[in-house]
Amino acid sequence: MSKKDTEYLINRKDNQYEVVIGLEVHAQVLSESKLFSTSATKFGAEPNTQVSLVDAAFPGMLPVINEFCVKQAIKTGIGLNAKINKRSVFDRKNYFYADLPQGYQISQFKDPIVGEGKVILDMPNGQKEVGIERLHLEQDAGKSIHDLDPQNTFVDLNRSGVALMEIVSKPDLRSPDEVNAYIKKLRSIMRYLGTCDGNMQEGSLRADVNVSVRPKGSKEFGTRCEIKNVNSIKFMQMAIEYEANRQVDLIEEGKTIDQETRLFDTKKNETRSMRSKEDAHDYRYFPDPDLLPLDVSEKFIEELKNDIPELPDDKKKRFIEEFKLSSYEANILVSDIDTAKYFEEVVAKMGKNKDIKLAVNWITGELFAVLNSKGLEISQSPVSAKNFAILINLIKNGTISGKIAKTVFELMIDGDKDPQKIVEEKGLKQQSDPKALEALIDKIINDNREKAIEYKQGKEKLFGFFVGQAMKASGGKANPQLINEILKKKL
Amino acid sequence: MSDITKQSLTELVENIKNKKLSSTDVTKAFIDRSEKSEKLNAYITNDFTSALDKAKKFDQKPNFDLKLPGIPMAVKDLFCTKNIKTTAGSKILNNFIPTYESTVTENIWNEGAILLGKLNCDEFAMGSSNETSFFGNVQSPIDKNLVPGGSSGGSASAVAGQLTPITIGTDTGGSIRQPASFTGIVGLKPTYGSCSRYGIVAFASSLDQAGPMAQNVKDCALLHEVISSYDPKDSTSIDFKRNHYSKKLTNNIKGKKIGIPKEYRVDGMPKEIENLWQKGIQYIKDCGAETIDISLPNTSYALPTYYIVAPAEASSNLARYDGVKYGFRAKGENLIDMYEKTRSEGFGAEVQRRIMIGTYVLSSGYYDAYYLKAQKVRKLIKNDFDEAYKKVDAILTPSTPSSAFKIGEKTNDPVSMYLNDIFTVPVNLAGLPGISIPAGHDSKGYPLGLQIIGKAFDEQNILNIAYAMEEKINFKNKITDWWIK
Repeated sequence: MSKKDTEYLINRKDNQYEVVIGLEVHAQVLSESKLFSTSATKFGAEPNTQVSLVDAAFPGMLPVINEFCVKQAIKTGIGLNAKINKRSVFDRKNYFYADLPQGYQISQFKDPIVGEGKVILDMPNGQKEVGIERLHLEQDAGKSIHDLDPQNTFVDLNRSGVALMEIVSKPDLRSPDEVNAYIKKLRSIMRYLGTCDGNMQEGSLRADVNVSVRPKGSKEFGTRCEIKNVNSIKFMQMAIEYEANRQVDLIEEGKTIDQETRLFDTKKNETRSMRSKEDAHDYRYFPDPDLLPLDVSEKFIEELKNDIPELPDDKKKRFIEEFKLSSYEANILVSDIDTAKYFEEVVAKMGKNKDIKLAVNWITGELFAVLNSKGLEISQSPVSAKNFAILINLIKNGTISGKIAKTVFELMIDGDKDPQKIVEEKGLKQQSDPKALEALIDKIINDNREKAIEYKQGKEKLFGFFVGQAMKASGGKANPQLINEILKKKL
Repeated sequence: MSDITKQSLTELVENIKNKKLSSTDVTKAFIDRSEKSEKLNAYITNDFTSALDKAKKFDQKPNFDLKLPGIPMAVKDLFCTKNIKTTAGSKILNNFIPTYESTVTENIWNEGAILLGKLNCDEFAMGSSNETSFFGNVQSPIDKNLVPGGSSGGSASAVAGQLTPITIGTDTGGSIRQPASFTGIVGLKPTYGSCSRYGIVAFASSLDQAGPMAQNVKDCALLHEVISSYDPKDSTSIDFKRNHYSKKLTNNIKGKKIGIPKEYRVDGMPKEIENLWQKGIQYIKDCGAETIDISLPNTSYALPTYYIVAPAEASSNLARYDGVKYGFRAKGENLIDMYEKTRSEGFGAEVQRRIMIGTYVLSSGYYDAYYLKAQKVRKLIKNDFDEAYKKVDAILTPSTPSSAFKIGEKTNDPVSMYLNDIFTVPVNLAGLPGISIPAGHDSKGYPLGLQIIGKAFDEQNILNIAYAMEEKINFKNKITDWWIK
């Protein structure tokens, strides 16, 4: 596939437009307690049960930075190949809202904790580098609930003060597919690092999407619109698609695009204006005088670097080199940390005489199919890596055929049973005794003399018939390779 | 003992330890006098009944190892006190009862002191005359219709009027030292980071500091030693070795070098302030210390800098008073309407003025010209002091450019009101410790104070200098009891 074929362009009459996208991803820091207080951060708790005096902004309450959240942000920065800033500053972003108890959000405006970095995307037409502008730490706001009462709005402050990492990309993305790959890559890296669970349903990962369009080949950026707070990849893609087309239509009609903030209506599948540039808030950012600048030492950063696990890009490289996997196979296995873990455990348990290709095929084939149908994550797999490895070895050493293995696998699912035992109990062991098989085949040839003659006369298709008969006679247990060899000899 | 309330803290502690007085005797005496002080309007909330209970309990099981054994005291209503209404002098908090205790007051109760009540102050500590309080202005015990200064005006009146033996105030631009000077008492603004800000209603976070107010320097040293502590709950609290300030107090300041900054000789300063300063210089010399003329060249920029930095921080700190979670809420058509009405009705004129100034200087387009510039000048002011301290151990200045003024005299002229803080604000901007001690009277018989400014964390040194000077000055406060019921 050439690069041209996959280019995402919007076509109108004689004109073609390129879409330019930049993302501000809000990733909730995986942490027991909040950014500036000791309240818990568990998802789904009863409203207002995880709120401290600091989170509710009582008079005289002061923020104290949670060191763990700082470590998480730095680790994420390292994972994004980014510059870690030894000095960063927390600012106040001032605005009024009922679910913002302090009347300001503590965020990092001028001096973020992480500077420029990059992530690599694997696209069908090759690799693509996406620049990271910055990553900064900030507090989440609470939640306003408008639909519980006709007159009143309820406020839940459980989320108030929870640590977020805002990861700002450069405007390097060019299509909904790239956005999909980018979000998945970010999520994958953060899950490897254990810095964000990436759970979009629970709001742990959401994004503001900046979209602009420009005539194909143009070097200048068009006027951008920001689509606020989109919480699924599918919605991001739909919103970009809609927004890019809306902007192109405006240009085609000779109109101009207003720089504005828009909302994506998931029911109507359209973006709507929220506020224009003129109505933009003046957040009156200034350094939070309750907090000193955040200074981290070289040693602190080095220690965190030593704590970084093998990340997807490196793991992929290693899988290709060490296990001779294709880039495609390696990608599938490394994109999710739990899949990679499972795979590596299977490899370890298979021992010396292992068939890695076979294991990969079985993981991406049979195992994924079962997980899909049951709606399970690989971490909840009904078959343990240990028993899975035993099964692959049973195929590899000829104890059972691939076909029988499928039967065994189905039996294993219920209660993670040992495949060795299933084979023994059900008598599923492959018949590999040449003498017994020869006797069996002699009988089949004897019983089907006419077909044997036809075969010899050149009707080669009939070979399959004999194989089938032999398998049937053995109850599926005959070693298919041996059957083939003997049949070829005897016919 | 009929003169209990005339005794200093040191004497009271001694008498309680010697069992010449019980905590109940002392507590009763201060409650009696406080109950006769309605005209001063020093209290916003009293807690007399439970104070007596606590005193009785103390007497049943006294612990004389404590630094403030059974000593009753009232505190500025800016300190959050558990289960006791805390208003910050504002309507917007007039029904607010904290479920928590400020670190500074916690330290005091842990040393055996007993809360008498909460003292009046300017609304959110914004004022220099205690006239901005929602709960009415405070009168000075010195004279009728005289301001006690501000913002810790209730605290100053209460100590000078002997309603409490000691108290604590807060000082953002002079709010301890100026009222101390106006009422003839001692007030210390500690080094920024010395006393925890946890649980103190914030005005301007980078300037606010709690400090002791007392009848004399020794009492002040003892109370400071109780309230100063490192507190992990305040990120700006500093972990340094704190002294036993009262034990180490000495009047031997021989050989100390005291700087006299020429820039504090401001235009229009009354002759009697200049004379007081000269007298102070003479006292210093009498104590065997040396005075050296110094320059703090950026002094004239301190007041404008302060009136950018403090309102900027205040405008953000006060955003939390929005009617949503606690405190006063006005009815509104919708959220925005509720905000507007709550804050218009809940905040007084001076607070609103400062919120508007602060909002303005932080606005995009003005930030660089005002806030950022002010931060740079603040650094220069700090550098001035750093330079000076290469040559001197401390600095002597008047505390205020005038003596106390009459109630209502400056309320319509905010700028002239702000000028009151001209000698005190540079100290807050530089984060340094400063102490005001009574040093004389003006022609009307009103007290005048001198300020000693120290190096950061060098409270001991300025307490010693104040202690030595106090002996020489031998100040007698002229309390007229005009207000006693």
